[in-house]
Amino acid sequence: MNLEQLQRAVFEVTRQPLTPSERLRPRLPDGRCVREIANALIKPNDRMTSFERLQVYSQQYWFRIMGSLSEDFPGLRSLIGGRKFEKLAVAYLNECPSESFTLRNLGSRLEAWLRKRPEYIAGVERVAIDMVRLEWADIEAFDKLELPRITTADSAKLDGDTVLRLQPHLQLLDLAYPVDELLLRIRGKASKSDTASNAVLKFPRQARIRRSSLPRPGKVYLAVYRLNGIVYFKRLTRDAFALLQAMGEGKPLEKAIEISLVRSRRSLDRLGGQVQEWFKEWSSLGWFARQS
Amino acid sequence: MPANRFNGNSDYGVGIGLRVPHYQHIFSKKPVVDWFEIISENFMVDGGRPLEILDQILERYRVVQHGVSMYFGSAEPLNREHLTRLKSLVKRTKTAWLTDHLCWGSVDGRYTHDLLPMPYTFEAAKKTAQKIREARDFLEVPIAVENVSSYAEFHVSEMTEWEFLNEVVEDADCGILLDVNNIYVSSRNHNFDPFEYLHSVPAERVAQIHIAGHTKYQRLILDTHDHPVIDPVWALYARAIELAGPTATLLEWDDRIPSFDEVHREALKAKRYLPSQLREAS
Repeated sequence: MNLEQLQRAVFEVTRQPLTPSERLRPRLPDGRCVREIANALIKPNDRMTSFERLQVYSQQYWFRIMGSLSEDFPGLRSLIGGRKFEKLAVAYLNECPSESFTLRNLGSRLEAWLRKRPEYIAGVERVAIDMVRLEWADIEAFDKLELPRITTADSAKLDGDTVLRLQPHLQLLDLAYPVDELLLRIRGKASKSDTASNAVLKFPRQARIRRSSLPRPGKVYLAVYRLNGIVYFKRLTRDAFALLQAMGEGKPLEKAIEISLVRSRRSLDRLGGQVQEWFKEWSSLGWFARQS
Repeated sequence: MPANRFNGNSDYGVGIGLRVPHYQHIFSKKPVVDWFEIISENFMVDGGRPLEILDQILERYRVVQHGVSMYFGSAEPLNREHLTRLKSLVKRTKTAWLTDHLCWGSVDGRYTHDLLPMPYTFEAAKKTAQKIREARDFLEVPIAVENVSSYAEFHVSEMTEWEFLNEVVEDADCGILLDVNNIYVSSRNHNFDPFEYLHSVPAERVAQIHIAGHTKYQRLILDTHDHPVIDPVWALYARAIELAGPTATLLEWDDRIPSFDEVHREALKAKRYLPSQLREAS
């Protein structure tokens, strides 16, 4: 058995979801016996069988990635409860194993996966997906690039043909539920960890989050952005959101305003001087980047 | 402290890991610390608070980068995006040397986020050394590889762990981040003499030493980095210093992290094992 074959064999076993009592499953999905695979790969010692030694690594794999996903999505966990979250997380991580060198990206495919597998959020589909979108936007806003901001001199030169670039960390979300309020209540109760140890003792169930009551539906247009190292949520009007969205699509200012009028079904008269006020505020929040 | 080409001919003393719970203390009290070790992956981001924190640290302290997911021992090629981001961070921190683990952890582009033990084969040693050389050539900084704690051994192994370590570092011509706690943990899990391991390490290649605590269970020891260093590990450290000379030393404490002062005090115990003239000078 060469290096590649050995590593494939070990990974195939260790990434199989654990039993409810957090043990290695006796068989792989194709029916092969895990004990036989372990015996062929791993030496036993005077205290542990080959199976038990391989199990240590399977447990560490699952405890680590489950813990990381749980840290990143406390809002989803709070919405659906701890047990359902664990089932969802195992299924998601089994079907979408990490493809990044950093655990930061572990939840990057969660929204798309939930849209295909809504049975894991049955009864709360829309609000749960809104929460996942918000929690992922929060991660993106936390450490995405901040480009140099436009200056007052740049602002003075703006005209209808100007294409304003939005900061990469600025995330725009149209939500059907006010999950921002809910997440703000939950945030701060879970702490991030950074570790160089290769041991995780258990799935961090002790970091329990009380299950939240479902918020009532209510359209929310939200900007998630970073200012001075801190991530903020800012609610927007539908018009403002439409304008920012069009600018984010790379439209020149005049065109962006036109599009936003169509999308928000407003007239230019009604929008009036609000646009100038918005630009002033958004510039002060650093949402516009200088063109390179 | 004596220097060698594997730690950029630097003279670092005793440092500790830079951890989130200590940020406030570090920025408000500005404690005297010889150097901080950072987990590279935590700062390989586009922007935001992690890099702002790092820049503030770099204004006052020396930093050495320690990685957890380069996976020199994985059969698949190095991840180019990882390398590119790592190089950008190397330029930012000006780390005198860079470390990661002698282990594997990815298969077909899928990551375990664990430090999995190597099969100690000549094929594995050759492939691992090749990847270390590639990474060093790209990153343009000395690399030292760390021996990991392990809980399993493979039937296919053709040599001991320390023979494998020698094989890799000689072939790659790289340094060693000697983790004496990991030697202890593995020695208990696999029934070998930790001093035999230590005496087999090419002392001239030791760029840095790690010390840490661990957790003892009935049938195995886990490398948890959540306790003070125990006496048998200090004994290994003392012997390592006798063999390699005073070497940059780092205490790892990653879980159930106590106060900054407690972690720093534990780390500074390492100075007891320095030759007396250096102990007085430091």
